[in-house]
Order: sequence, then structure tokens, then C-alpha cells
Amino acid sequence: MIIGTITDGIVIDHIPAGRAMELYGYLQLDKLDCEVALIKNASSEKYGRKDIIKINQLIDLDLDVLGYIDPHITVDIIQEGKRVEKKHPALPEELVNVIRCKNPRCITTIEQELPQIFKLTDRERRVYRCVYCETKESR
Amino acid sequence: MKHLIDIADLSVAEIDQLIATADDIIAAPEKYADKCRRKKLATLFFEPSTRTRLSFEAAMMELGGNVLGFSEANSSSAAKGESVADTIQTVCCYADIIAMRHPKEGAPYVAIQRASAPIINAGDGGHNHPTQTLTDLLTIHREMGRLENLTIGMCGDLKFGRTVHSLLIAMSRYTGIKFVLISPEELRIPEYLKEEVLLKKDVPYEETTDLESVMPELDILYMTRVQRERFFNEADYIRLKDSYILTPEKLSLAKPSMRVLHPLPRVNEISVAVDNDPRAAYFRQALNGKYIRMALILSLLGL
Repeated sequence: MIIGTITDGIVIDHIPAGRAMELYGYLQLDKLDCEVALIKNASSEKYGRKDIIKINQLIDLDLDVLGYIDPHITVDIIQEGKRVEKKHPALPEELVNVIRCKNPRCITTIEQELPQIFKLTDRERRVYRCVYCETKESR
Repeated sequence: MKHLIDIADLSVAEIDQLIATADDIIAAPEKYADKCRRKKLATLFFEPSTRTRLSFEAAMMELGGNVLGFSEANSSSAAKGESVADTIQTVCCYADIIAMRHPKEGAPYVAIQRASAPIINAGDGGHNHPTQTLTDLLTIHREMGRLENLTIGMCGDLKFGRTVHSLLIAMSRYTGIKFVLISPEELRIPEYLKEEVLLKKDVPYEETTDLESVMPELDILYMTRVQRERFFNEADYIRLKDSYILTPEKLSLAKPSMRVLHPLPRVNEISVAVDNDPRAAYFRQALNGKYIRMALILSLLGL
């Protein structure tokens, strides 16, 4: 399969296989007018299979979202056809308005304009909890 | 310490200080009679409560302060759709300290973002109820003379009971504590509490379905209610409900120094015939609730 080369844009690589669509949603890539290629189940020496997203435009990416999906994801910044930077998102300490609390008894279900905030409470097991009701996020 | 949202917000030293203050209030209440003169406590109860609200109000009155507030959401602007944040910001214009109960979990966390006065969480849904835990700790300390080296039995609904969860977290910070967790299989303590508290801190515990067999080893028996609606199957409820009712016969197996606690209200899980036994500490516990809240109000107001 051949996907056109990017001149100025971003390659999000090493996405766990099958999760590119989820990331596409979190990053709101549907709102972009430029070319976006989503490659599923590409072969990977390291992981066996992986997903890749190519964006043919330089945009501000929310690295926290990428780190939350998987801290092994990498981001290549391409300018004039060359990779000028490689970013490694880290597991974020806090997620603001990325995921929603699913506890129906949480104050976020009724309070006006309350940001959805989750904090990393267990780095080893990648556990995030709602700062309001402490419910564990469920993917 | 500015607010109290979760019992875990308090260090062991801070809890010990609150207990010492409460003990001193009990010993010499006249010393504290004017401590909060010209201060106002707002009790914002977005859902009804008897013990908690009245004990907060009595606490403030005994400190010489005044009380204002509402006892249900319908008699506040919440009924008109006002947010918690706006209610709190407004009430802070009128009160020096706020005790709030809200049916939604995390409401006190929203409150402290906008509060210029100290906020006390008086219960947020099934989440936290730190002043109940402080009440329990004061009661254990007063009845037993210590918070260390105790075998604590927790009986009834250990799965959903927030008072049980908070007490377990609070007591596991003291040395020489052993828990005996007595419940039907369906209502055992949640796995996360075992993993994140008991196993992590190496606190010994045993789980059993049989109250009578463990009664002789207990120093404290913390009773909770087994509710019908927690069971999927009516037959299981009927089979199990009487196993966890404390009667004088069951209590006769306990040590003379053992104490029975209950956060109240009781429905039928402790026989009324037990009330006159000196080991029944639950009404003394309700009284302690006022004293520990007095200590907390003084501490949060810096008095």
C-alpha cells in the first residue's frame, strides 16, 4: 500500500494496533481540511503490528492525549520532506477534557461547565481517577 | 489544613490532635463555650440527614457560635438550578465555615475551588464522609484508650458501606491492627481496598461469613446494615439476613472489654435488647460525633 509522502506535516507512529481510530477521535482530526491517512495493522519490527496516522499539515498536537493512549507512541515532525524533530509523549499526570467520568453519581454530570479532570494515581498500572469522585476511568 | 474533604487529607498527627482537643472539650466544656462567639457555621444540606446536620449545629452552638443554612435542596437555590460553585461562593459572603452534604460524589471538591471559607464534607453520595470516620476514631480511642493493637471486626455490607471503607483506610495507618471482615459472599470488601490498602500496607486480615465464630477475638465490632436491595436473589437475602443481626446471645461470646459501634441509623441489625449492655457504644458514638465536630470547627477556624 502506498501513501503519499508528506512535505510539511506530522507522522504519529507506533500507535498500538487497532487504536488509531480512537486517537483520531480524541485529536479531533475529523475537523482538519488537509489530507489525513490512517494506516491500520502496519507491520512493526518492535511490536509486530502497529497503527500510523499521517497528517499533511503542521498542527498543534495534544501530546497528553498521545501519552494517555500509549506512551510508546512517537511523533515525527516533517518539514520540507525531512524529519526535523521526533517527540516521545510521556504518560501525563493530568488529563483535562480528554475523557469523561462515567460515574452517574459524579458531580460532573450536573455541574455547569465543569472541566473533566483525571489524575494519574498509579503510574505502573496506568490508572487514572476522576479528581471529583475518584472513580477509575474505564476505557 | 484548610478544608476537610476526605479522611486521607488528615495526617495521623492531625487526627491525634483533633482527638486530644475533643477529649479536652469533654473534660472541660466551659472552656470552649465562647470560642466561636460571633462566628457563623453554614450547614448546606442538599440532601436530608438527621445526625450529621444536628451534630454540626449542636457543635457550633456549644462553641458559642451561630448557625444558618438549609436542610434540603428544595429549600435552596439548587432547586432553581444554581450550581454548587455559585452557591458556595455566595454562602462564603455570609458564613465563616461551611459544612455541606450533597448527593453527587465530588461536590465538595468543586466547592473548595471557589470557597474563601473552610469547607467540611458532611457526606458526598457514597464517596466520602470524613466526620463519621473521625467520630468512629474518637469513639474507639475513648472506649479502648488507644488506636493501636486492636482486632477490629467489620460486619454486614462491606461492599457498599462507605463508613466501613473510610474506617478501614484510617485504622490501617495505626500499628498492630488486624481486621476481621464478616459479610455474606455477595457483600465482601472490594478488591481494590484489599490490594491498595491491606496488602500494600501488610495489614493482617481475615474474611469470614460467620460472626459467632470470630466474636471472642474482637476488640471492636463495627456493625452495618445488610440491605435487601443489595441482593440479586430474594432467597439469598432471606437466608442471610438474620446471620448478621447482633443479639444478646451472640454478644455473650464477646470479651467483656469489646465494644460495638454502628454509624446509625439502625434498622434491625442490632437487637434493641443489646442497647443496655455496657459494650454497646453506638449512642455514645453519636454523642462523640458532636465533640469531634467541635474540635474540627475550632481547628479549621484556627481558634
